[in-house]
Amino acid sequence: MSTTATESVQKEQSMLLQKDMIADHFRRLGRAKEEGKKVVYTFVPGNLNELILAFDMLPVHPEINALQSAMRKKSAGYIREAEKHGHSEDVCTYVKCDVGMLKSGNIGPTGEKLPEPDLLLLSYTGCFTFMKWFEILRKEYNDCATVMLHVPYQGDGAITEEARAYVVKQLREVLVPQLERISGRKLDHDRLEELLASSARAEEDLVSILESAKQKPSPIDAYFGGVYYIGPIFTAFRGRESCEEYYQVLRSEVEERIRMKSGPITPEGPMHNEQYRLVVEGPPNWTSFREFWKMFYDESAVVVASSYTKVGGIYDTGFRHDARQPFESLADYCLGCYTNLNLPSRIDLLEKYINEYEADGFLINSIKSCNSFSAGQLLILNELEKRTGKAGGFIESDLVDPRYFSAANIKNRLESYFQMVDAKRQNRHTPSSRERA
Amino acid sequence: MTVQEILRQCEDLYNDIDFAYVRDWKTRHGAGAIGYMPVYVPRELIRAAGMLPVGIMGAGDLLEIIKGDAYFQSYICHIPRSTIEMGVSNRLDCLDGMLFPAICDVIRNLSGMWKLLFPGKYAKYVDFPQNFDAELGGTFYRHELRGLLADFARISGREISNDDINEAIVLYNENRRVIRELYALRVERPHLVPTYEMYLILRASNILDVAEHTALMRDYLTATLREERPVRDNIRIVLTGAFCEQPPLGLIRALENSGCNIVDDDWMLGARYMPDDIPVTADAIGALTDAYLTGTVATASKYEEDGNKGAYLISQVTRSGADGVIFAAPSFCDPALLERPMQQEALKREKIPYTSFKYSEDTGQYQVIREQTGTFADAIKLWGDA
Ligand code: SF4
Ligand code: SF4
Repeated sequence: MSTTATESVQKEQSMLLQKDMIADHFRRLGRAKEEGKKVVYTFVPGNLNELILAFDMLPVHPEINALQSAMRKKSAGYIREAEKHGHSEDVCTYVKCDVGMLKSGNIGPTGEKLPEPDLLLLSYTGCFTFMKWFEILRKEYNDCATVMLHVPYQGDGAITEEARAYVVKQLREVLVPQLERISGRKLDHDRLEELLASSARAEEDLVSILESAKQKPSPIDAYFGGVYYIGPIFTAFRGRESCEEYYQVLRSEVEERIRMKSGPITPEGPMHNEQYRLVVEGPPNWTSFREFWKMFYDESAVVVASSYTKVGGIYDTGFRHDARQPFESLADYCLGCYTNLNLPSRIDLLEKYINEYEADGFLINSIKSCNSFSAGQLLILNELEKRTGKAGGFIESDLVDPRYFSAANIKNRLESYFQMVDAKRQNRHTPSSRERA
Repeated sequence: MTVQEILRQCEDLYNDIDFAYVRDWKTRHGAGAIGYMPVYVPRELIRAAGMLPVGIMGAGDLLEIIKGDAYFQSYICHIPRSTIEMGVSNRLDCLDGMLFPAICDVIRNLSGMWKLLFPGKYAKYVDFPQNFDAELGGTFYRHELRGLLADFARISGREISNDDINEAIVLYNENRRVIRELYALRVERPHLVPTYEMYLILRASNILDVAEHTALMRDYLTATLREERPVRDNIRIVLTGAFCEQPPLGLIRALENSGCNIVDDDWMLGARYMPDDIPVTADAIGALTDAYLTGTVATASKYEEDGNKGAYLISQVTRSGADGVIFAAPSFCDPALLERPMQQEALKREKIPYTSFKYSEDTGQYQVIREQTGTFADAIKLWGDA
């Protein structure tokens, strides 16, 4: 194992900060109704956090509830509950986990009951299932007010002027009036601009953190660690001061690790001897997240870039929220999320990561119930192998359905995969990692 | 023509996964052909460019999947793999382009796969607005249509005028009108238009030139009215959920043999997506846009602004005097399967009986499904509900 088991695992300041931010958010949600705050349910990709905050509303993200339920080992029961109510075993398990949680009393990650939505903000970005999901919730919450933001897909690999204009127009003419109606206040444009400016500052820090993985050794794991790093900016905090502070602190921690030439922090302490640098495509499994991660750090494998950390925005190719053009930049943000890219663009991005982060190989974790990510991944695998000559691996699991996480099977596949990476390296007459170690 | 002759022609078209008709049509007309996946594309624009629209609905159970499985995990529906199989085995070479309508993430991602696999061919994702306001979704959709028109003009090498589009609209209006007549007859006297025949005739609209298809349906209407056919003691059913991947023909026959007359459905939905005529105006693109925004039926891939889930399905039941509903969805079809519980709730409120099953386009065993729908039919016959 790459980490020293005896090393005490100190929580870094950024971790404690994030924990407090989340706890505080859920406390506010718990008090929302008595304090007369309006609650907006919305999705992570293409979320309009700054707009929601500008109306002093509180966001709830059903995807986050689902993944938290999985990490707390509750998802199996929730999925069963949803299936008992007629939901098919074939469909997205995030939806079923959420519906099951709702049917079981809607208890959120902190053990408190989640407030019901005053508005379902359906930003239709990068996944078709989102639409069905909120149609289902609308019924569950007795025809709760629902507003649709249709974000066109980048079918030809670019954001067109017309698509941008369409989204901007919907923001101005549909979303804002609806948010004004529900919140009972006018949009404060100055506040929106402040929030967007704050977002951009945090985004700058996030990019620096993600790009730190270009260092050798990488000071971060951009997948298993990455899902924590994206937490605040992809959810309820982007635009808030606390979010800026979080990324400043995290950035300085990462910079310190670069100075010390130390590797990423794992649940068992810092990793010291990076052996494999990988790029990962696809979401992780949440039901056995720790076990899954351990399969990597036990092999001293570090993920240097991942596509999953781009679902709530691709910042490392230059996009920033822009206070000077609030609606246009919100539109570009929605249009630019990872799953809204067409397949050739996804492949181009992954290829760029493999090259720029000097990865030894790439791995696809294919999610059984997520068509948005999974349809086409086998072609992605072939294309990337062809273009980069690097070893490609393919494993299968699910986001929140533990029935589809087979630890033995995944471990076997990973072992063979690492051997394949070694073999490829040997063929290139470079010493293999196992030799180097 | 007799009913049998017409059916034979439709069966030949159905079975021909080498698209001989399309190849022949192209030679005869010296023009191109554009393929499209379910559910709907504005075929009028393809026709206006002098090209043949060709509906591609997978290969059913007619093709052994050799390469297609290498492109899709086992937990993805079947239609994309048989479509890729047809593509990589050169069966779709006769097409000068492919359209991928925005109905789900699988077809969406398939559009990008197509671009990579067939780089020399035109492959287009057709986005439909989920906002139905004329100024918002309408403006966006008009632009999408103009983009398609420009693409078709380039591929066909000819300018497309407003009159060209209107001519196509007239042809498709005529086609829609006869489809309406056919369905009306089916509701009135289902024994004269058995499900199997109805399906095959509608399915022929994927391939045949529109005018030829309209004429074929007219011939069928005339011929079937002359037929002596036994009136069966079947229940009347609306079938829903099959708007994309199609059930195999054998399964369609099995449903009817189990005692169900399918008097309304959503398979071949593209041909019936706009039930009414589209007006002929000086702004044909505008007319197509308006028809999309205000004149299309409800289906799982379209957002329902009013949240009145199941209302359209219930209206299908009422209009056709159906006794119940069959939910038939392809395995792993998120849109159909996510829609299902909401629709079932609506049916429960109206006390409309239903039964549900899943299929795959290459399902070979129908016995279990046949027994299930047979039991459903018997229960309705005996007790009026299931
Ligand atoms: S299908 Fe995938 S992207 Fe869509 S909601 Fe489910 S998990 Fe998320
Ligand atoms: S069968 Fe369903 S999931 Fe599959 S391509 Fe068609 S609509 Fe999409």
